[in-house]
Amino acid sequence: MAKVTLKEIAHSYTGYSENPDDYALKKLDLTWRDGGAYALLGPSGCGKTTLLNIISGLLIPTKGQVLFNDQDVTRLPTEQRNIAQIFQFPVIYDTMTVFQNLAFPLKNRGRTKEEIEPRVIELAKMLNLEKDLYTKAQHLTADAKQKISLGRGLIRTSVNAILFDEPLTVIDPQLKWQLRSQLKFLHKKFGFTMIYVTHDQTEALTFADEVIVMYEGAIVQIGTPEALFERPEHTFVGYFIGSPGMNIVPCRLQGNQAMIDDHALVLGKTYRDIPTGAKIEIGIRPEYLRLAPPGGKGLPVNIQKVDDIGRYKIVRVGLNNRKFNVVMTELSGMTGDNASLVFNMNHTNIYVNDHLFVGDQQ
Amino acid sequence: MIAKQTNQKAWFMVLPVFLVVAFSAVIPLMTVVNYSVQDTFGNNVFTWVGMDWFKDLIHSERFHAAFLKQLMFSGIILLIEVPLGIVIALAMPKKGWGVPVCLIGMALPLLIPWNVVGTIWQIFGRVDIGLLGHTLASLGIHYNYTQDPVAAWITIIIMDVWHWTSLVVLLCYAGLCSIPDAYYQAAKIDGASRLAVFRYIQLPKMQRVLLIAILLRFMDSFMIYTEPFVITGGGPGNSTTFMSIDLVKMAVGQFDLGPAAAMSLVYFLVILLLCWVFYTVMSNVGEESSNGGK
Repeated sequence: MAKVTLKEIAHSYTGYSENPDDYALKKLDLTWRDGGAYALLGPSGCGKTTLLNIISGLLIPTKGQVLFNDQDVTRLPTEQRNIAQIFQFPVIYDTMTVFQNLAFPLKNRGRTKEEIEPRVIELAKMLNLEKDLYTKAQHLTADAKQKISLGRGLIRTSVNAILFDEPLTVIDPQLKWQLRSQLKFLHKKFGFTMIYVTHDQTEALTFADEVIVMYEGAIVQIGTPEALFERPEHTFVGYFIGSPGMNIVPCRLQGNQAMIDDHALVLGKTYRDIPTGAKIEIGIRPEYLRLAPPGGKGLPVNIQKVDDIGRYKIVRVGLNNRKFNVVMTELSGMTGDNASLVFNMNHTNIYVNDHLFVGDQQ
Repeated sequence: MIAKQTNQKAWFMVLPVFLVVAFSAVIPLMTVVNYSVQDTFGNNVFTWVGMDWFKDLIHSERFHAAFLKQLMFSGIILLIEVPLGIVIALAMPKKGWGVPVCLIGMALPLLIPWNVVGTIWQIFGRVDIGLLGHTLASLGIHYNYTQDPVAAWITIIIMDVWHWTSLVVLLCYAGLCSIPDAYYQAAKIDGASRLAVFRYIQLPKMQRVLLIAILLRFMDSFMIYTEPFVITGGGPGNSTTFMSIDLVKMAVGQFDLGPAAAMSLVYFLVILLLCWVFYTVMSNVGEESSNGGK
């Protein structure tokens, strides 16, 4: 197990270039502590798999260094890095039994049968594979095959890090939940450094102690699941995390007021030194919006659509042409299509050129 | 309740297939069956002989010899072409300008007509003017495929390897290219050796195409006619008289239509049987027991 440090890493698939646009992965510095569970979250094509392959050594970065503890491994081939990686689709050795598949990484490293056998059986129990242990791997379902892949990643106790590249994509939703909690359990038990790539926010938020959100080849925020939810540092994080995502609406600032079109909203904070011509937006989670009967102190809106999704309702409201999602448990007391929209000011953020802008408390 | 209407018009749709199959396979095969149970001395006069030709054939030493030679030939070329094809396919580049160069180079021998291949090697191996034959002779090596059965066999086998290994290569290459990168990456991470990658990833993933390659090469080699006919004409002596050459000698040379027809049928059934055995065995490889030991 090791601390993983990335020093000024950048990668371009077309080779060294001066133009930053050529880089699939923009310059980044990052340290992952030993034994941590991290998630790399971002949409397809944001560079998260590139980053993962740089750590595992399948790719050599155009710039920068990768350190395991304090050893520079940037140019070390994969097999010498002592890491494990689990891929998006199950990779199994067809002609081997489940036992042989799980034992393969240990066998290749010259472990004896006495060392291998108890370890394989222990792991198979944790993954619920013990009854298929002597079945040919190719006869199993996709779920079971992916569990074998996971097992091969977890079998070695001495790995520097375990990398997961969207490992639960092919798994049924119900089993996904189960496997995720098994991974969490295994993490607690063995204390591996785990790095988990996903585009599924639920997966990232339940798995990781700390989530790294990536967007267009750059890291936009690193934080705990709460921090990502409460204080997105970038509008992308606001959109991407939460269901539905954050309401982000263009506005103008006048003293301690935000003007959404010609409606004023008192923010309770002042924002100074905003560059002229910058894009200014106001962002608030649907959970922190509330609807009150019309005529109250909120913004006058009309209700356009109500989606009842069980525990709560998502209400779509319109303020002229601006749309907001509001999450509420009850819609009682509302009559007609008109309502007033009330903001929770402690959770209202201002974004300048997509980045969080912190105001002065009055 | 409405009675289900029967519409027999659909039969007209399958009629073309019936006709094509009838004219291309069934009718010619039936004429052969017809010949195999009759005797003729020409003039379109036939006499019924029952199973006599088959009985003769089963006990004929000439047939045994040709059959054995045929099996040996197919066995040898499979043993050479399949491993060689795999090795070449593994060595071929996976990307870059080398790919089209290799593919075209590999495909070239396959495009040459069979009797041209025969002629090329017939001339190539001649002691008086052939590059190979003359060079060997000047080096003092005794090589003459018109006199020495071993030399004749070696020539035909090398020719077949030259002509057909490409087919195995191309099929294996296609099989190799279809293996996702993740398998190689996983193998690296699992610390697998080069040999283990071949044994546990490449070979199992090539199994399907190898089955096709072996079947095709077996059938083709078992039916080989043109090339040995051009090079040696079945000689020296009868040393390269494979089944199809023997068959033609019998049917055309001696005009023994009955025995030749009986031989054709046996020949056909043998190929069918062996292909079935190959297919069954190969497609069961790796599927056999679901509880193979640890």
